[in-house]
Amino acid sequence: MVPLWAYLLVAAALFCLGMYGVLSRRNAVAVLMGIELMLNAVNINLVAFWRYLEAQTMNGQAFVAFIFVVAAAEAAVGLAIVISIYRNRRSVVIEDVDIMKW
Amino acid sequence: MFEFNAQTIAFLVLTLFVLGGALGVVTTRNLVHATLYMVLSLFGVAGFFVLLSAPFLAAVQVLVYIGAISILIIFGVMLTRSMTHLRHVHNAQWVASGVVTSLLFVLLMVGIILPVWGVNGAQTPTEVADVVADTAVMGQLLVSPNGYVLPFEVASLLLTAAMIGAIVIARDDE
Amino acid sequence: MSLNEFLSNPNLLPWLVPVGPLLAFFIIMLLTNRARLIPATSPEYGGHHPDYEGMLVPVVSEGSRLVSVLVGLLGILTAWLISLRVVGDAFSVAHLGATVRNSTIPWLATGSTSFNMGVLVDPLTTIMLVMVPLACTMIFIYSIGYMAHDPRQSRFFALISLFAGAMLTLVVADNLLLLFVGWEVMGLCSYLLIGFWYEKESAYKAAIKAFTTTRVADVIMLLGIAYLYAETGTLSFRDILYNEEVLQHLATTPALLLGGAGLTAAGLIGIFLIIGTIGKSAQFPLHVWLPDAMEGPTPVSAMIHAAAMVSAGIYAVIRMYPLFEAGGSPHAGLFTSPLLLLSIVGAFTAIFAATIAVAQNDVKRVLAYSTISQLGFMMAALGIGAYIAAAFHLITHAFFKALLFMASGSVIHGMEHGEHHVHEHAHDDDQYALPGHAPMTLPAHSADGHGHDSHTDTADHVPEPHTEHGHHFDPQDMLNMGGLRKTMPVTFITFLVGGLSLAGFPLLTAGFWSKDEILADAYYGLSHGFGPHALVFVLLALAAFLTAFYTMRQLGLTFMGEPRTPEAAHADLGQGLVSFTMTLPLVILAFFAIVAGFVGVPPEFPLFGAIFSPEHNPFHHFVIYTLLPEMQAEAPPFNWFPVLTSFVVALGGLGLGYLVYWRKPLVAGEPDPLVAFLGPLHPVLKNKYYVDELYARVFIAPSKAFARVASEVIDRGLIDGTLHLIARVATWIGDLFKVLNVWLIDGVGDSIPELVALFGAWFRRIQTGRIQQYLLLVALAAILIALIFAASSGMLVQAAP
Repeated sequence: MVPLWAYLLVAAALFCLGMYGVLSRRNAVAVLMGIELMLNAVNINLVAFWRYLEAQTMNGQAFVAFIFVVAAAEAAVGLAIVISIYRNRRSVVIEDVDIMKW
Repeated sequence: MFEFNAQTIAFLVLTLFVLGGALGVVTTRNLVHATLYMVLSLFGVAGFFVLLSAPFLAAVQVLVYIGAISILIIFGVMLTRSMTHLRHVHNAQWVASGVVTSLLFVLLMVGIILPVWGVNGAQTPTEVADVVADTAVMGQLLVSPNGYVLPFEVASLLLTAAMIGAIVIARDDE
Repeated sequence: MSLNEFLSNPNLLPWLVPVGPLLAFFIIMLLTNRARLIPATSPEYGGHHPDYEGMLVPVVSEGSRLVSVLVGLLGILTAWLISLRVVGDAFSVAHLGATVRNSTIPWLATGSTSFNMGVLVDPLTTIMLVMVPLACTMIFIYSIGYMAHDPRQSRFFALISLFAGAMLTLVVADNLLLLFVGWEVMGLCSYLLIGFWYEKESAYKAAIKAFTTTRVADVIMLLGIAYLYAETGTLSFRDILYNEEVLQHLATTPALLLGGAGLTAAGLIGIFLIIGTIGKSAQFPLHVWLPDAMEGPTPVSAMIHAAAMVSAGIYAVIRMYPLFEAGGSPHAGLFTSPLLLLSIVGAFTAIFAATIAVAQNDVKRVLAYSTISQLGFMMAALGIGAYIAAAFHLITHAFFKALLFMASGSVIHGMEHGEHHVHEHAHDDDQYALPGHAPMTLPAHSADGHGHDSHTDTADHVPEPHTEHGHHFDPQDMLNMGGLRKTMPVTFITFLVGGLSLAGFPLLTAGFWSKDEILADAYYGLSHGFGPHALVFVLLALAAFLTAFYTMRQLGLTFMGEPRTPEAAHADLGQGLVSFTMTLPLVILAFFAIVAGFVGVPPEFPLFGAIFSPEHNPFHHFVIYTLLPEMQAEAPPFNWFPVLTSFVVALGGLGLGYLVYWRKPLVAGEPDPLVAFLGPLHPVLKNKYYVDELYARVFIAPSKAFARVASEVIDRGLIDGTLHLIARVATWIGDLFKVLNVWLIDGVGDSIPELVALFGAWFRRIQTGRIQQYLLLVALAAILIALIFAASSGMLVQAAP
C-alpha cells in the first residue's frame, strides 16, 4: 500500500495551496474555494490516519462526516454574505470591504 | 518504498488531479474555470477516499462537495458576476502569502518526513489492517448515546441555523 | 419511562401530582397571545380608571381567555385526581410511616455528594394531599366566576396554576431543598398575584412589601438549610428526621453560633428554619405583609391564606418538627430553644392578631388578622409538642378559611354589583337615600373618627379596582353592608358555617375539634406544671374568645339588620354561570368545614367519641406514624377542663358578639359600639398597634435620616469643607510650582503622550480593515508559535537524523 506519509504530504500541499488562495485571491468567491480546499486537506488527513491507525473503529470517518456538515453550512452562509456584500457595494473584491479599520 | 502496483499508480494520478486542480483554483483568472478546477481537485480527494477503503465518504464527497457545494459556488459566481475579469487576480500581498505558505509547507514536510527517515525512523506502522469497520458501524456510532449522538444533533441544528441564516442574510430587503 | 409506569408504580405516582398545574402554567403562558394593548381608561377595561391615564393594559382575545380557564381548570383537576389516587394508595399501605412511598433521583452533583430531588408520601404528606388539591380546585372554580370580568383572566389562571403547582411540589417534596424551591416559587407567585392589579399603587406596594418581608425570612431559612446540609450531608427528610442517629448527632453537637451558651446545632438550624416560617406564615414580627396582601384578588387571598402559602410555612415546621424536638421532650417538660421560640411567638401572635382583628372594619382584613392568629395557634401547638393537634388545625383551618375568604369575596363582588346598580339607577333609589346623608359618604365614617379617609397609610385603604375614582364608596367596609342575608342567602349560610367553625362552635364544627385538641394538649402540660404549656393555654383561650367575638361581629355587621347603604340593598351575585361558580365551592367547602373535624375526635369524648372514634382517634392514629417511634406521643388523656374551656370561650365570644351585633344590628349612621366600649384602646387596635408606623420609624425613617445626615453634615460639611481647605492650600502650592511645572514637568509630561500618539499613528496602519492581511499575520504568528513550541519541547532535536 501507499505509505501514510505520502497521503500526509499531499494533504499538506493541498492545505498550503488552499491557504495561498485564501490569502492572495482578490475575489471573495475564490477565497471561499480556497477554504474548501483546506477543509479537504484536513479530510484527507483524517481518513488516512483512520485507515492506517484506527481502522477497527469508525471515529475518524465520523469526524469527516461532521466536517462535511460544517463545510456545507460554511459555504451556504459564506456565499450568502458575499451576495449580500455584492448587493450593497456592487463589488466582490475583498479589499473593497475594508471599512472596519481605524 | 513504493511498489509500483496499480494502487500506487492510481495514487500518483489522483495526486496530480488534486494538486493540479488546487493550483488551478488559486491561479485561474476566470472563476468558472477555477470552480471546474476545484471540482477536479475534489474528485481527486474522493478517489483518495476510495483508495483508503472509505467508499461511503467518497460517495458523500461526490454528493456534497461536487453535487452541492460546487454548484452553490458556481451560483455565487454567476450571481455576483465574478467571471467578469478583474484586472488583478491577486492582491498586493501575494508574494508575502506565497512565502508564508511555502514556509508552512516546508515545515509540514519536515514534520512528516523526519519521523519516517530520521534516527527513530519508520514510525508509521508497517502492518496495515486488511479488514476495516464498515459503514454500518459508523451509522450506529453516529446515533448511539455512547457515540456521537449529541454532536450529530448539534450538527443538524447547525445546518438548520445555517440555512435560515443564509436566507436571512442574502434576502433582498426591499 | 412511560406514563403508564408512572401511573402504575405507587412510588413514582407522586411525581405526577404537581405536573398538571405546572403544565397548565406553561401552556397558558405560551399559548395565550397578548392580543392588543388598550388604554386603561377605555370602557372595555371597565372604564373605571381615570387614575391610570395614559397607561396601557394588555387584553387577550376571548378565545385565549376561554382556553386558559379550561386549561387551568384541567390542570388542577388532574392534580386532584392524581392526589386522590396517591392518597388512596397511601391508605392501603400497612404501617405507612415506617414504610413510605419514596422515589429519588440525583439532581445536581456537587463534587463528591449530590443534591437529590425526590417525592415522598408519608402520613403528613397524605393529609396535605387530601386538603391542598381540594381547596385549590375550589379556588379555581371560584375564580372562573370571580375573575370573569377581568381582562387579564388568563394571566390570573397562569399564575394561580403555577402557585398551585409550587404548593403541590412543596407537599410531595422528599427533601428540604425541593421544598425550598416550591417555597420560593410560591413567594414569586404571591408577589405577582398580590400585585395583580399593578396599576394600583397600593397593590404594587403591597406586593413589594410581601416579597421583601418574606425575603428577609427566606434568606435566614436558606442559612439554616445550608447549615443542616453542612452538618449532615443530606437534606432528605427521611434521612434526617426518621433517623435516630442523625437527630442525636444534631442534638449533641454545639452550634456554630452561641454553641458555648448551650445551643445545639439542631437548635440553631431549627431557629433559622422557624424564622423562615415566621416570614412565610406571617407571624409576629414579620406579619405586616399579610394584611396588605389583601390587595390581590380575593381568590388569591384564599389561596395565600388557606391552601398554599401560609399553610406551607406551617407545613414546613410540622415537617421539621423532629429536628426541633431533638434533644428535648416537651411532654416531659424539656423544651429545646426552637420549641420555646415556637410556643412564645405562636401564642403571642395568636392573641396579638386576634385583638387587632376585633377592631377592623374591612371584611377581608378581619379575616387576614384572624388567619395570622390561627397560624399562631398552630405554631404554639407545635411549640408545646402537640404535633397532631397542629396538623389537625392546619387542615381544618384551611377548609374554613378558604371558605370564609371566598364567601367574603362573594360579599365584595355582590357589593360591587350593587354599586353598579346604584349608579345605573341613581334616581330610582330614593327610598334608600337615607335622610341627612349623601349616598357617597357615610355618617358612620365621620362618627368613627378614624375611618379610611383619615388614614395616611395607603396600604390600609383597600378599594377593589372597580371602584370609581373620586368616589369613596368602599365595597369591603363592613359598615357599608348590613342585611345581605336577604339578597345573598347561600353566601350567608356558608359564611355562617365557616364563621362558626372559625369560632369553634362546640361539637358541630371542625374548628371546635381541632382547637379543643390544642387546648387539651396545653392543659395536659399545664397540669404537670410546665411553664410554656401554661402560657400557651391561657393566651390561646383568650385568643379563642376574641376569635368567637370578632367572627360574630363580622357576621352581624355584614348580614344582619337592614342595609346601611343603597349599594348593600342591591348587593347580589346575579345569575348564571358566574353566580353558580361562585356558590358551588362555598357549599362544598362548608360541608368540609363541618365534617373535617370528625376525623379527629378523642375516643373518650362522650357520645361523639363512641360514634366517630370507636377504637382510636383516626387522625391521630394515622398521622402520628410520620414520627420516629421514640417520638410518638400518646394523645393526652381526656379531661373535662379544656373541653369546658373550649365551650366557654367559644360560646362566650359568640354570645357577646350576638348581644352586641346580631340581636340589635347596627343601623345606618350608628357608630360601632366597640368604639365607645374600648375607648382609647380602639385606635391602637384599629391601627394594628402601630406596627407599620413603628417599622416606618424604626427601620425606614432612620435609613432616610442617616442618608440625609450623611449627605448634609458629613458629605457637604465635613468632607467638602476639608476638601475645600485642601484645595485652597493646593492652589497656593500649585501657584508656587507653576513655574517649575511649565517647563520641566509639562515638557516631560507632554512629550510622553505625544510619543505615544506618534507611535499609535504609525502603528495603527497595521489595522487596514483588509481581512486577508490579518489572516496572513495570523498564519505567520501560528507558524512562529508552532516553531517555538516544537523547539522548546525538543521535538526537533529528537526527530533530527
